[in-house]
Amino acid sequence: MFELIFFSLLNGIVTGLLLFMLASGLTLIFSMMGVLNFAHASFYMLGAYFAYTISLYVGFWPGLIIAPILVGLFGALVERYGLRYVHRWGHVAELIFTFGLAFLIEEVVQFIWGKDTKAYHEPEVLQFALFNFFGQDFPAYKAFMLLVSIGIFIMLLLVLTRSRVGLIIQAAISQPNMTAMLGHNVPLVFMGVFGVGSALAGLAGVIAGPALGTFPGMAVVLGSIVFVIVVVGGLGSLGGAFVASLIIGLLQTFAIALDYSVSDLLAAFNITTAPDSALRDLWTLSLPQVAPILPYLLLVLILIFRPTGLFGKRET
Amino acid sequence: MSDIANTSTGEISVSFAKRFGPWIVLAIGLVIMPFIFSSNIAVYTMNLMGIFIIFALSYNMLLGQGGMLSFGHAVYFGLGGFMSVHFMNYIEYEIVVLPMAVLPIFGGIIGLIFAIIVGSFSTRRAGTVFAMISLGIGELIAASSLIFVAFFGGEEGVSGDRTMGPVFFDVDFAQDIQVYYLIAAWAFITIGLMYLFSRTPMGRMANAVRDNDERTEFIGYSQRKVRFISFCASGFFAGIAGGLFAINFEIVTEENLNALTSGVVLLMTYIGGVGFFIGPIVGAVVFTLLQTVLSNHTEIWQLYVGVMFVLTVMYVPQGLTGIFAMHIPAYRMSRLGSLVVPYIRAGVPTLIMLSGIVGFLEMIHHVRAAAQGEHGMSLIGIEFSTHAVMPWVVVCVLAAVGAVATKTQLPQLREAWEEANAPMQSNEGASS
Repeated sequence: MFELIFFSLLNGIVTGLLLFMLASGLTLIFSMMGVLNFAHASFYMLGAYFAYTISLYVGFWPGLIIAPILVGLFGALVERYGLRYVHRWGHVAELIFTFGLAFLIEEVVQFIWGKDTKAYHEPEVLQFALFNFFGQDFPAYKAFMLLVSIGIFIMLLLVLTRSRVGLIIQAAISQPNMTAMLGHNVPLVFMGVFGVGSALAGLAGVIAGPALGTFPGMAVVLGSIVFVIVVVGGLGSLGGAFVASLIIGLLQTFAIALDYSVSDLLAAFNITTAPDSALRDLWTLSLPQVAPILPYLLLVLILIFRPTGLFGKRET
Repeated sequence: MSDIANTSTGEISVSFAKRFGPWIVLAIGLVIMPFIFSSNIAVYTMNLMGIFIIFALSYNMLLGQGGMLSFGHAVYFGLGGFMSVHFMNYIEYEIVVLPMAVLPIFGGIIGLIFAIIVGSFSTRRAGTVFAMISLGIGELIAASSLIFVAFFGGEEGVSGDRTMGPVFFDVDFAQDIQVYYLIAAWAFITIGLMYLFSRTPMGRMANAVRDNDERTEFIGYSQRKVRFISFCASGFFAGIAGGLFAINFEIVTEENLNALTSGVVLLMTYIGGVGFFIGPIVGAVVFTLLQTVLSNHTEIWQLYVGVMFVLTVMYVPQGLTGIFAMHIPAYRMSRLGSLVVPYIRAGVPTLIMLSGIVGFLEMIHHVRAAAQGEHGMSLIGIEFSTHAVMPWVVVCVLAAVGAVATKTQLPQLREAWEEANAPMQSNEGASS
């Protein structure tokens, strides 16, 4: 039991921090522009595919640096020539634009790289078990993912709270007009933050590609989960996104690891059910089965009872 | 149809022809369509079109008329489909005795029930909150459909047989053409009802809430109630569309209520134009044609649809119907003729450019997708090898020449456009 909890905890934190890399960019972009970027997970996918192509020629490590930069540049271009143009049609059009972009990027990825899963692997240096605990291996690559995620988190925190750039970004988020009056180029700041947010998503893709698979559906798999995190944590709240990422990461891994079902619960109370009733699926429902729907249940409940999210200050 | 497109309040004493003309044309059109396009594939396409028209119109009750952006509208469509297919099986096993033709009603009712449940908490606010709740509910239902096998049938879905039940007038729905007339009848009724709904005070209030919810509250209307009623009506019609889908395909699966279907309905409604009543109809027709016709000719049709969607959002937010509506002022002043030549002058190079780009994409796709050693490909009947240099040069030159020529022709088009609309100070079209 202890080893189960230990490994679930580790895996949950790895997943949670990976999700945070995506969510942090998304929540920053939202607090600036008021637009939830549906294409954010697509940038994550692009990161993985770029890194895969780069790794074919020069190996994994250069890809770790180059791919996020490329994705960031692409994101900046999207903001400059797409989103800023669509802004004149209003918020709904912006949302629909990012939605269409996500659809388009998936099609383009299928067009360029094909529909099959790409053989994008972790570097050989990291292909060993870091430690063995109760007969279960913990791969070194997961530890690497953990390190990178924590490093990014600390860097982001320092840049946003301790540096001059971070100060200007925070000012541009809360008082864009005043910041512009003081002589800062606010649209440039927006473009920069959008680019960096996309680059972070790209980086998440680079390190998640080998672990979770590089295929055209990878954006869809993670896309809505990241939305859940951003909304549950409170739109625009970085701390909230961090907590929510960990909650969702742990929730998912624990729900899969703990194999309890409703029938166990009923058995504990000595209730028996007819095996062929119409509600039979309800009685045999097990925790791993409901794991995929838990985040969405959380999302809907949060939106009903606390629309500001866990740490958010403003209503969405 | 411009009368339907124009959502401004008409005068009370409109002539009979003006008032009922479009409906009579629609009815006659629906009746004679299968005589013009009688092949099996055409009937199949028209059936799909009818279903999507109802579905897209119900979606536009939210997005276009109520200002609610939903990412989970397929839930009501899919649930309506599942309910109908279950009733289809009840009819087959004679648990209930009903004619097949009324089946979509049950789809509509379950759509309505679910819309009442979901709408009771999701319509409090529009905007991002509503969009997120709809997304969450969509994912929730789609994920649970794989868990509750008894109702959703798991991955293989639920199938039925539409030829059962009491038979009236020898119509047992064994052939697609009979299903076509059923769908056409339902489409006519629901289009009419949805149009009437948009003309009721309730429909007008939905527009008001969309445009300025705070102001409607001050007048004394509850924005929440208004949204709630629109939402329920929309769920009802989506359920009817789902029921027709069940009758047409005799199978409903998880695919019919997942995020992809929700995306598709948003796509076609938006491409058609959300600001007009007939916009979603145009969108559904165009999308179905793209889906069935284009997919016969190219494997990358979804790429083209994606490009088209993004371009629509960026440059023509009024949609295809909006492009037509833009020409109404010029038409009223009988100056449409003066635009023909400029359009041809700009259109021909644009077509050349597009054919170059499309050719380029198709060739790349062929090189990647074709089997090893297979170099021959045919494009619009021309056979060539993808490993020769010449075809690549041809498509690149086409694209480049077309692009340059289009650019030189744009100023004269703009000039002609401004001239055609001159007395009107602005050409904002018939937006609502």
